Amino acid sequence: MHIVVCIKQVPDTAEVRIDPETNTLIREGVPSIINPFDENAIEAALQLQEEHGGKVTVITMGPPQAEEALRQALAMGCDEAILISDRACAGSDTLATSYILSQAIEKIGDYDLIICGKQAFDGDTGQVGPGIAEHLGVPQATYALDVEVEGGKMQVKRLLAGRFETVAMRLPALITADKHMNVPRHAGLRGVMQARKKEITTWSAADIGVEPEQCGLAGSPTTVVEIFPPQRSHTGERLEGEAREVARQLFAKLRENKVV
Amino acid sequence: MDFSFTEEQAEIFAAVREVCEEELKPQADELDRRGEYPWDNIKLLAELDLFGIPIPLEYGGLGLGLIEWAVVGELLSAACTTTGAVYGAHMLAQYPIMAFGTDEQKAKYLRPLAAGEKIGAFGLTEPNAGSDAGNVQTRAQLQGDDYILNGSKVFITNGGDAEIYVIIANVAPEKGSRGLTAFIVEKGTEGFSFGKDEEKMAYAALSNRELIFQDARVPKDNLLGRERRGFRVAMETLSVGRIGMAIGAVGLAQAAYDAAIAYAPTREQFGQPISEFQAIQFMLADMATSIEAARWLTYSAAWRKDQELEYEKEAAMAKVFASEMCVDVCNKAVQIHGGYGYTRDYAVERYYREAKLFDIVEGTSEIQRLVIANRLLKEAQRS
Repeated sequence: MHIVVCIKQVPDTAEVRIDPETNTLIREGVPSIINPFDENAIEAALQLQEEHGGKVTVITMGPPQAEEALRQALAMGCDEAILISDRACAGSDTLATSYILSQAIEKIGDYDLIICGKQAFDGDTGQVGPGIAEHLGVPQATYALDVEVEGGKMQVKRLLAGRFETVAMRLPALITADKHMNVPRHAGLRGVMQARKKEITTWSAADIGVEPEQCGLAGSPTTVVEIFPPQRSHTGERLEGEAREVARQLFAKLRENKVV
Repeated sequence: MDFSFTEEQAEIFAAVREVCEEELKPQADELDRRGEYPWDNIKLLAELDLFGIPIPLEYGGLGLGLIEWAVVGELLSAACTTTGAVYGAHMLAQYPIMAFGTDEQKAKYLRPLAAGEKIGAFGLTEPNAGSDAGNVQTRAQLQGDDYILNGSKVFITNGGDAEIYVIIANVAPEKGSRGLTAFIVEKGTEGFSFGKDEEKMAYAALSNRELIFQDARVPKDNLLGRERRGFRVAMETLSVGRIGMAIGAVGLAQAAYDAAIAYAPTREQFGQPISEFQAIQFMLADMATSIEAARWLTYSAAWRKDQELEYEKEAAMAKVFASEMCVDVCNKAVQIHGGYGYTRDYAVERYYREAKLFDIVEGTSEIQRLVIANRLLKEAQRS
């Protein structure tokens, strides 16, 4: 089977600080990583490939340096990588992004399954995966925990609020990977060395034949007005004293607040 | 001259560094407390292909050099010194098989060692043959198609947990070092068993066991190199091992320095962070400077080996300088932490205990100085 994995390069949030003056993210000098949920998507694809054979193609849209993320995905074991990089795509919201990615996947053609992370670490919308499925007109299952592929069909176990749901779909289809779906592998040195030798295909907006008015700012009906850290309204409470007594107090408070 | 890593090296080290920070470092204290051989870490190193670094491609390795092996060893040691020690001791079985093994021996033993499916160990030291390596009493006698080994080894790192052992025995004890002969011995060989696992000042999770040979039958095919040429096998293996020990000391010292420079600005005394005091600043400056000196001395020894230049003297220099530097840097790191540095709440307490090992193993500092001086005097005579 041919699996296409969509990934995004994001700033490493563990290293991100917020400028107290302007209340915006300080991105300068912050290392970029593969969006962590997308690593779950890659791992899911590689596991399916191990089981069923076939090919894993990884794809991203971003500036030229997003190639690093693709290189890392190749080092983990993906077979091919495609970078969509074009100024016309800059500033795309989730609608424009999912449109552009869906057009690129159309161009790839012979896919059986598309896997995305459940959401991006920086934007947190979770809309691009479902958007791609809608543009392509294929069935989708978000927040996947487990997948089983048999013949031209698949079963997906989804993690929803307080319950699981298992859905059956026919292929081609799209799923988004939950964090609990798997533990992403580390790239071995053999993979790192092989990835260096692989060619990364770069496509411009013209290469995939997207409509310019549906890309970038022109194709984005939504804009982010402001990003700011949440106000901390509670300062927490410190319990002190003998361990047994503190434990008792803590348990009483958990009860009181209906946590347990 | 060029002191920078290639792009490929930089990518390799970045990948290893990430795993070291995410997986190895956070559990190093717990590993020391639990005192169990670090099988999970070994599995992780195997997944990352780290055991294959110096092994040629045709035997399942990555075909990289001693420089790559050393820098990865430094990163491992900085994150978890015990895991670094397993990696280093594993090489002591890999290297002699690579350098002296037949094609059959390489095909049979290097593959599982490169994949990390089997762990290796090297047995030279005996109760009465440590620094005096020529005094090895373990006896090997040819009987039909087998050598019969009798005797014992002590302090063997990875002992009991390793599957593949390179053992130095003596086929002619009356000839001293000229009777030494190297063998590959597999765990499970009849007559080969394990004795005492040493309780040490540090490295509770590392096995350092006695190996016991009682009429152990080793097939003639497992003779490594030629009969009576074992001294050379041992000395070359130790030279590579010394680079490993030097770089392990650099890694550990780096970890101690990192802890100290992170702590100093957070600790206030007399109304200011102690990092504002020159007494502390000078310690930090000396620590960083001596680490850098030891690092490059060690890299240059590894580089010489990769270039097929003489490197024994340089390896001994790196070993003695880096290990003594490491003890000093870890001592200063504890000092900067003050009373807290003496408690198990801070990793520097462990680093201090771990550092002392480097002065002793794979040739004490005194033996290194003898090796260096012998070489220097010979070179002076020649010129």
